[in-house]
Amino acid sequence: MNKQDTTYLDQLEAEAIYILREVAGQFEKPALLFSGGKDSITLVRLAEKAFRPGKFPFPLVHIDTGHNFPETITYRDNMISRIGEKLIVGYVQDSIDQGKVIEQTGKNASRNALQTVTLLDTIAENKFDACIGGARRDEEKARAKERIFSVRDEFGQWDPKRQRPELWNIYNGRIHKGENVRVFPISNWTELDVWNYIRREKIELPSIYFAHEREVITRNGQLMAAAEFLNMDHEDHIELKNVRFRTVGDMTCTAAVESHADQIDDIIEEIKFSKISERGARMDDKVSEAAMEDRKKGGYF
Amino acid sequence: MIKYPRLLWKTVRRGDIFNMDLLKFFTAGSVDDGKSTLIGRLLYDSESILADQLEALQQSNRKNDDGTIDLAILTDGLKAEREQGITIDVAYKYFQTDRRKFIIADTPGHIQYTRNMVTGASNSDLAIILVDARNGVVEQTIRHSFLVSLLELKHVVVCINKMDMVAYSEDVFNSIREAYAAIAEKLNLKEVTYIPVSALKGDNIVNKSDKMSWYDGKSLLDHLETIEVNEAVLSHQARMPVQWVIRPQTDELHDYRGYAGRILSGSFHVNDKITVLPSGIRSEISKIETNFTEQGEAESGMSVTLHLKDNIDIGRGDILVNTSHEPLVAQEIEADLCWMDTRPLDSSIMYLIQHNSKVTKCKIREILHKVNINTLEKIETDTFQLNDIGRIVLKTAEPLAFDLYQENKLNGGAILIDPRTNLTVGALMFRANAGY
Repeated sequence: MNKQDTTYLDQLEAEAIYILREVAGQFEKPALLFSGGKDSITLVRLAEKAFRPGKFPFPLVHIDTGHNFPETITYRDNMISRIGEKLIVGYVQDSIDQGKVIEQTGKNASRNALQTVTLLDTIAENKFDACIGGARRDEEKARAKERIFSVRDEFGQWDPKRQRPELWNIYNGRIHKGENVRVFPISNWTELDVWNYIRREKIELPSIYFAHEREVITRNGQLMAAAEFLNMDHEDHIELKNVRFRTVGDMTCTAAVESHADQIDDIIEEIKFSKISERGARMDDKVSEAAMEDRKKGGYF
Repeated sequence: MIKYPRLLWKTVRRGDIFNMDLLKFFTAGSVDDGKSTLIGRLLYDSESILADQLEALQQSNRKNDDGTIDLAILTDGLKAEREQGITIDVAYKYFQTDRRKFIIADTPGHIQYTRNMVTGASNSDLAIILVDARNGVVEQTIRHSFLVSLLELKHVVVCINKMDMVAYSEDVFNSIREAYAAIAEKLNLKEVTYIPVSALKGDNIVNKSDKMSWYDGKSLLDHLETIEVNEAVLSHQARMPVQWVIRPQTDELHDYRGYAGRILSGSFHVNDKITVLPSGIRSEISKIETNFTEQGEAESGMSVTLHLKDNIDIGRGDILVNTSHEPLVAQEIEADLCWMDTRPLDSSIMYLIQHNSKVTKCKIREILHKVNINTLEKIETDTFQLNDIGRIVLKTAEPLAFDLYQENKLNGGAILIDPRTNLTVGALMFRANAGY
């Protein structure tokens, strides 16, 4: 390979692999947070490149709200059996049953906020000192200032004023007991970079990323997949539409976009021309202008 | 009215996008110089702002005097910053054109954010220095330029901004260019490009301005798209710190032992003679793996797994180098230090130094001086406060295998960690072997 052949995707990939190996080298008990979304699926491919033919030096951790798209769970289980790595699942239902969180009620009820508690409990139970996540700085302006190694206190809180400077490619992962570090290897990738990488690497994705016919309802101006978790009533009109999902989260907070893009090339074209940035389709950010900043301070990814 | 984005690179033929490279640059300047407006303008005119972000922008109450959108809002990140109208950190912004992908490290320019600028500069290939055409070269210009030279950024673009406020005068541009050239010479900045711009009006940012026909250079974006930056690849110093040892220890891979790391500079080839440092043991490369395949060679920037012909005890903290160009190995090193913590430097305690994958204890043996970064005067001192920059001699508990920062940034830079707080408290740039 000579310098003319090195492209920005190679550079981003090499950086992400470097970061994953730093996690392996610096921490006693890391974990990879796996949501079933394209970003964490990309992380799994990068981890294969970083550590094969060895095993991953960390398990995968999925925080299961119980309100997943069934396609995501099928994908997750198939992937785990293909790669032969360990999966740990933290259930939001357990947190509810233990009385640690209280289920929201009403039409816009979501378990999205509750999963922070389950995540922090799962981290504490397993004594994880580092959690690798697929967040990107281009997603949202609070994330534009996120470090690659982001130190959280024992309450999982992020303090933007106590962030460590990150110089060159040196990441300081030293922490006190009880603290942990969130690590974001694809911080410098954009949504389009992730898609181009998925295309280049021919990575398989859950089917909901591709256009398909689905029963949807319109809530707050957004298309939501019809599901019992949405507390639907007579005001909700179920329609059949061709849709796909740009991000994959909980069914209660992930909106669909109308689309006929059922091939990855079509999706990439669609994103290039897209009039709505990716997080525009996430209800959870619409709450207030600083919604993400506030959730991150509270221990969110 | 919302202008929906028409992305510049939408006409790119499929496949071309894979051949683009990446340019990281940082911007020094304050809000007063129009730095945020400049970045906002690059994002806006290159149509890298998506509609919902634009909508949020339009809904905001902040407008320029003439009623147009205040583009500076695009680079403000945190609630705390918006409330105070300041930038308190390094924000990373992304955009791409049909020729290149860009990462901007957006840092505040006031003296209390020196450490942020040092951080941003350490992760950049190029610096943009903003000068207000009305004020010319000021104290802040000297400070920013000093940081650029300290961090050894080879490529500097001086954007002489607010040309609209000086009637697009060529004389103003020329006199500022001459004044800056004197500073550049003093600071040994070799490649400096001067561009007259108005970030507010969009002159010479993305498109060439029709108001300054006397300027025959490129627009800022054109310059950023075409400049060649790739020093590390050309280096003769092949360096790979070992991050992790891959040992599957399965029946079929019983003897597999691969050294995983990212090549900092130069290149490695199968059969190259290498030295493991700091131990000094020599061997040869037997195999290079990357991307699930074997390669004959691997170069700077790549994350690879190297295999050696001999079975040696190597672990994280060791570095593999080409035997023909070995680095320095020492425990006493003269270095420039930028202090990044609110707690001042304490020469009586032991710090930790992190140099690539190596972490060892160290002491500050001697403080040589600090620099008044506004005037470049050297001052005697016995401590460093937040944002102080100067020269020290440090002594490490274990030897480091390093290059001088001016020759090899990634193997010549390190951080200091305070073991009491675990915070990153200093940035180090190695300047000389101080061992005897």
